[in-house]
Amino acid sequence: MSVAAVPKAARPRVGADAIAAKGWLRAHRWLILRRLSQLGILAAFLAGPWFGLWIVKGNLSSSLTLGVLPLTDPFLLAQSLAAGTLPYKEALIGTGIVVAFYLVAGGRVFCSWVCPMNLVTDAAAWLRRRLGLKGGKIPSGDTRYWLLGFMLLAAFASGSLAWEWVNPVSMLHRGLIFGFGLAWGIVGGVFLYDLLIATRGWCGHLCPMGAFYSLLGSAALVRVSAAHRSACDDCMDCFAVCPEPQVIRPALKAAGQDHPVILDRNCTNCGRCIDVCGRNVFRITTRFDRSES
Amino acid sequence: MAEVQDKPVGQGGPSPRRRFLREAAGVAGGACLLSLGVGLYAKQASALPATALRPPGALAEADFLAACVRCGLCVRDCPYDTLRLAELGDGIATGTPYFHARQIPCEMCETIPCVVACPTGALDHGLTDIGKARMGLAVLIDHETCLNFLGLRCDVCYRVCPVIDKAITLERQHNPRSDRHAMLLPTVHSDHCTGCGKCEKSCVLPGEAAIKVLPLKLAQGSKAEHYRKGWEEKEAAGESLIGEQLELPVRGLEGKSYGDTRVAPGQGPTPAPAAPARPGSGLDSGWKP
Repeated sequence: MSVAAVPKAARPRVGADAIAAKGWLRAHRWLILRRLSQLGILAAFLAGPWFGLWIVKGNLSSSLTLGVLPLTDPFLLAQSLAAGTLPYKEALIGTGIVVAFYLVAGGRVFCSWVCPMNLVTDAAAWLRRRLGLKGGKIPSGDTRYWLLGFMLLAAFASGSLAWEWVNPVSMLHRGLIFGFGLAWGIVGGVFLYDLLIATRGWCGHLCPMGAFYSLLGSAALVRVSAAHRSACDDCMDCFAVCPEPQVIRPALKAAGQDHPVILDRNCTNCGRCIDVCGRNVFRITTRFDRSES
Repeated sequence: MAEVQDKPVGQGGPSPRRRFLREAAGVAGGACLLSLGVGLYAKQASALPATALRPPGALAEADFLAACVRCGLCVRDCPYDTLRLAELGDGIATGTPYFHARQIPCEMCETIPCVVACPTGALDHGLTDIGKARMGLAVLIDHETCLNFLGLRCDVCYRVCPVIDKAITLERQHNPRSDRHAMLLPTVHSDHCTGCGKCEKSCVLPGEAAIKVLPLKLAQGSKAEHYRKGWEEKEAAGESLIGEQLELPVRGLEGKSYGDTRVAPGQGPTPAPAAPARPGSGLDSGWKP
């Protein structure tokens, strides 16, 4: 990696145009909402152990909200099924609710609006941008799908939830609520990997849990659309902030499709492209809304 | 061949198909290696430390590791903070619930809230009577430091046992050291011990307990199924399976019932009088200095 030779002043901050055009608040609206969602969910889990206010018990793997609403991670259930057990109906119902939500909202909404690891990798991506770190070795974005397949195979072969022994995502959330042990090391490893070795390496290329949610959201209703793409001035800010930059081109530049809706299943619906665009090119809509303005 | 001929025509690299195949092979290979590593690690690390006990109703360890989603709902509903989720580095499958009896034992709640809370069945909802739980089996493991084995009356493990007089009994034995006292030895019975660990927790020894709850697999030997116990067979058949035995008289025990070879002082055959050997009565070796 090397620090880019361009002096800092010559590189305007990503999103500077948007701030100038829309004001700071509107240029960070989706980011703020997303952080509120991530931290709010975390706070709901932590209110019990920290303040004795039991809103949600458990963790993202499986939880019980207000004593009535069961929620279970479908990726964990898939591993459990692969390992050869059929869980009780509590877990099946919980999984059903979660699956129904992400089928509509978009699978990767979990990654950008719920998953605590997003805070870690977003921080790494931000720092990488600020320090101007370049280079490294980025694995193929398909690695995650292979990992997902092989992890299910490993669960089947070992008869246990093999991935959960090392899964940094569930480990981080569980660690925050129940205690970390040495799990800090794994989370720190993900941060350093994203910072020094591969841009968006973990969430965008390796995480099999993200791959699972990508597949889950293949036909999601809620999608981002580059509806006002005629106004695009090629500033590239959306590509700079997007955690899955390859999803933008087909919609924005009409590469391989004629409508402006981002249908790629890897789009996390994070809305950051909407924030940083000074030309208001993007908006959140449904997959059926192919209109342009 | 065709691909080799394509080479100069394309952008100077291998054909797209070949590049795709090579990339896919690399990615799949890497993912496969990583999964293999994870799988082997999971397999190798799935041995539970002997002092880590699973909550009541836990499936056998292999099934438990397939069913438990590491959510911690059992931990949350345990009123005594007995249960904990394993952290990375604890040597237990990360995120799975366990307890150490010496630290906080299971209080054997009648409603078994931890089992009720489990959404997946890693803790079997079929367990409704906590007395039928088998979290482990208490073993009085150290006969050298246990105070009752020294002939003292500690009895604490027996007194605290929630299934007193069934899971732990005091068995009276002769104390050969003083030769006039009894030893009351705490004895665990596997038909009633739930493995709650109250005995281990309350053992008065300062550090390690003399009585410990161990996983059933460590605590129990396999039953000698191939062995047919004569007394049981005799009772079942109503008579000895080998028929009446030939009774031969034993010299000196003629007055006693057959098979009773116990001899009280003064009874039994009189030994030949042992006279001390007189000097010179032995064999003469003929040796002279």
